[in-house]
Amino acid sequence: MEIKFRHDVDNVLKEAKKQNKPVLLDFSAAPM
Amino acid sequence: MWPDERVVKFVNDNFIPARVHVKEDPEAFKKFGEKYNAHWTPTVLELDPNGEEFYRVEGFLPLEDFLAQLMLGRAHMDFKQGKWDEAEKKFREIYEKLPNADAAPEALYWAGVSRYKGKNDAVALKETARAFQTRYKDSSWAKKASIWA
Repeated sequence: MEIKFRHDVDNVLKEAKKQNKPVLLDFSAAPM
Repeated sequence: MWPDERVVKFVNDNFIPARVHVKEDPEAFKKFGEKYNAHWTPTVLELDPNGEEFYRVEGFLPLEDFLAQLMLGRAHMDFKQGKWDEAEKKFREIYEKLPNADAAPEALYWAGVSRYKGKNDAVALKETARAFQTRYKDSSWAKKASIWA
């Protein structure tokens, strides 16, 4: 089980509005 | 911190998760860093469905403190929307499940406020002040609640 982070933030923000769901936005420098 | 099952479940249940990486996508990091005034990592923002920030966690935290901060932010979102019962439940969950987290005293305080707002009953505040007499006595939140005793 893992978090499937998305990287298309603009699309995420649009979808959040449509789905009425909050967004968790992670600013990271961790190794990927 | 992210691989922990409790964190994964909480994030997946409550949010659409997105990430901007300072090295992998510096343009996105700059764009959204400027938009949200986030110029350091790690910074985790909780945004409402309209993209407005309602909570942020800056800097590394040990697992339970990190999870408690995420939960605190989510509870504050319900509070700001006037969902008093939901907010109280979420704040309560923090100090019941993660009693040793740094956020626990703050959660106890806001659970009491949420109950007061929902029931319009000052007894909720008195009970909260009393609860602080036996736990988190040295926290700043105990001082804030002391006026209700």
